[in-house]
Amino acid sequence: MNGGGVKHWTLHLALIAVLFSAQFWLSPYHATNLARIMILAVFAMGYNLAFGYTGLLSLGHALFLAAGMYAAGLPAQLWGWTAGPVFIAGIAGGGLIAAALGLLALRTAGVSFMIVTLMFAQAGFLTLLYFAPVTGGDDGFAVAASSRTLMGFDLSTDTPRFLAALVIFGTGLLLSLALVRSAFGRTMVAMRENEERSRMLGYNPFSVKLAALTISGLYAGAAGAAYAILFGYVGASFATIQYSILPMLYVLLGGAGTTLGPLLGAALMFVLIEAATGLTTAHQFIVGAALVTLVLFAPKGILGTVRERWVRWLP
Amino acid sequence: MAFGPFLLLALMEGLVTAAVLALAAAGLSLVFGVMRVVNVAHGEFYMLGAVLAWVVTTMIPGPPALAFLAAIVIAPLLVAALAAAADGLILKRLNYDPEATIVATIGLLYILQQAALSLYGPNANPVTAPFEWRIQLPWFGYSGYKLFVVLAAGLVLLGLWLFMTRTKAGLIMRATQVDRMTAQAFGINVDRVYMGTFALGAGLAALAGVLIVPIQQAQYLMGHDPLLLSFIVVIIGGLGSLRGTLIAALVIGLSDGVISMFFTPTLAKILATLLVAMVLVFRPQGLFGAKS
Amino acid sequence: MAALNPTPPLRTPLIQTSGLTLHFGGLKAVDGVDFTLHAGEIHALIGPNGAGKTTFVSLLSGRRLPQSGTIRLAGEDITRLPAHARVRKGIAYTFQITSVFPRLTVFDNVALAVQSQGTADLTAKTHAALARVGLDGLEEQEAQTLSYGHQRLLELAMGLALNPRLLILDEPTQGLAASEIEGFKTLIRSLVPQTTVLLIEHNMEVVMDLATRITVLTFGRVLATGTAAEIRANPAVQEAYLGA
Repeated sequence: MNGGGVKHWTLHLALIAVLFSAQFWLSPYHATNLARIMILAVFAMGYNLAFGYTGLLSLGHALFLAAGMYAAGLPAQLWGWTAGPVFIAGIAGGGLIAAALGLLALRTAGVSFMIVTLMFAQAGFLTLLYFAPVTGGDDGFAVAASSRTLMGFDLSTDTPRFLAALVIFGTGLLLSLALVRSAFGRTMVAMRENEERSRMLGYNPFSVKLAALTISGLYAGAAGAAYAILFGYVGASFATIQYSILPMLYVLLGGAGTTLGPLLGAALMFVLIEAATGLTTAHQFIVGAALVTLVLFAPKGILGTVRERWVRWLP
Repeated sequence: MAFGPFLLLALMEGLVTAAVLALAAAGLSLVFGVMRVVNVAHGEFYMLGAVLAWVVTTMIPGPPALAFLAAIVIAPLLVAALAAAADGLILKRLNYDPEATIVATIGLLYILQQAALSLYGPNANPVTAPFEWRIQLPWFGYSGYKLFVVLAAGLVLLGLWLFMTRTKAGLIMRATQVDRMTAQAFGINVDRVYMGTFALGAGLAALAGVLIVPIQQAQYLMGHDPLLLSFIVVIIGGLGSLRGTLIAALVIGLSDGVISMFFTPTLAKILATLLVAMVLVFRPQGLFGAKS
Repeated sequence: MAALNPTPPLRTPLIQTSGLTLHFGGLKAVDGVDFTLHAGEIHALIGPNGAGKTTFVSLLSGRRLPQSGTIRLAGEDITRLPAHARVRKGIAYTFQITSVFPRLTVFDNVALAVQSQGTADLTAKTHAALARVGLDGLEEQEAQTLSYGHQRLLELAMGLALNPRLLILDEPTQGLAASEIEGFKTLIRSLVPQTTVLLIEHNMEVVMDLATRITVLTFGRVLATGTAAEIRANPAVQEAYLGA
């Protein structure tokens, strides 16, 4: 989509501006929750690039999230790295694991691909448990304060943490917009829509999918590392199946194949579960019911439906 | 205990695992073979079988054998009915699209698990075995009930095989598996076959849960491991191949028993999950399935 | 006569297959086919249904791999080359059953073909490709909402946008109205000799009108090869296919 460039960029920049302003009119508690949501949205944006745009239904993204988290957390704990290098290590960790998984898993497709990614993610989680002395297992470990400071700012305090989350989210969002507007973005969608035709136009399906999955892994790694740095905790629970399903849920709810869908989905689910936890302990039920309802009645999600019916230029 | 007897014990334990696993995996294989969909909530049907067995046995007074007999009839039937409802309300509406079905069954998994948690509670509750019989081997004593489990599973699987190969209903199911369109052209109501298959698959899983619950307590999270193991068995054995499922269940169950005893259960699971992934990547037809 | 039609100088043929074979179990879809295609010609592949034409052409395009035999593109062995690489080498294939990107716009459909050659001047080149087949003006329309004839044209535009050396068309005029067929014929004639065209066709009028040379396939084997006149006069072909 080459049309609507100005509209696209204005919309996204305006959103970032609104989020920036939120720190002034939200209470510290809610602002921190928003920071959490933004990090989850980064994770979901990566998932969206693989699933929503390229059509790769993976059930193994928790592996990339945990890879980023531990690639950041372990150097911090073992060698005392600071926030900057640790964050880069996290991004690289997520990307590398995604590329490695892709090399194997992309030899399969559809349901097999889902199962293969699920299996590798399970193996990853179990391996983290097996090496509990190093990884902290299910309990995990806290990230030292020295690794949570960047250029003098203590990222464990409210305002720097919020701003850091916003910067990471904003960068991720704008990069994703640029990507989906580019020629490669068109190629990703083509692969999803008609793989055989794409192949007969000269595109190598394996390379395109591998690139999409790796980019997805970079986002997941960034989210994992950001969580470790900003919220100070690393644990194997982030490698469980739950964290492979959540980004899928966020994307389905917000709108698969839209740039803003992941944030919307993450925010809505977060609010929904928060509200429900006040009423009952049955938030698993909400996740389950949401998945079934979405897939039955609204597979395009909120922004997907909006785009189809009213706002055709929505990226 | 010396190595030999220890190995024997590990193998016997593995045999029990294999028997129950074969039942559960047969259900999953049937669903995948006939309907071409993956039911991620399959483990929850197993869990519901165990939980409902506890409910039935606590509600029925008298000798444990009687209560257990009631459980073994009622629980699978209830779970099968639930599965039939899920098929009609959800899966059919999705037109059995493979990816949408997986997402929907993931949702179903969460719903069922939460329902068990809310209604049954987080605790693990034991169920009394229908009979107490200790077999005394030269090196160790062994539970006679466990041997009964192996026997029961074997009989059920034999019954399943006879059903599939010798009855008209089984023939209809196999026909639908081979060619859905042609089956429809021959007047077979594919929707009803699918509902029946899904119910049967769930019933088998629930039956496995009922059999295991006197050995292992009923807990709302117990569906997780059997799901993974069933996946492993079905994929390695080859989708839609009952014989392959049986052999794979034996291999997986026995080696899981051995590795768990000599190493750690975690390591066994790591190896098993990696094995499944590799088989899917490099030999997608499994060991016995036909190459498509 | 020979003096008036001197033998053309020996050039490497654009496509040369040797003993190309693909069996599906007991069915011999393509059975030892030796085929030569010269650059700049419009070559028609005809034969009864099930003769193996589409299978043969999918072997050329790389959608299927042969069990034995070789394929050479301008002398280079491409037998094992994957399909997407063959596209990059200049072989374009349009599908028998229209296969576009239904939910994407007409513009995006053709842009995908253009950009696989490089993204410079993407918009201009896409407009040009659409104008060539007469689809300019429909750019923002969703491909699945196009009429059947327009979808066929879109397929063609995508194939042309690849700037291929060899354009393979699989039953391109099927379902087209008479006027659309005329437009199609004019377009094809404008492509040669820069592009070579290989088309599978059942419409004998189109074949006789367009084709420089014709190959007849039956039961996976080449029955005859030659000019339109030669094929028309061939008794075996008449018996097997054209109807005496």
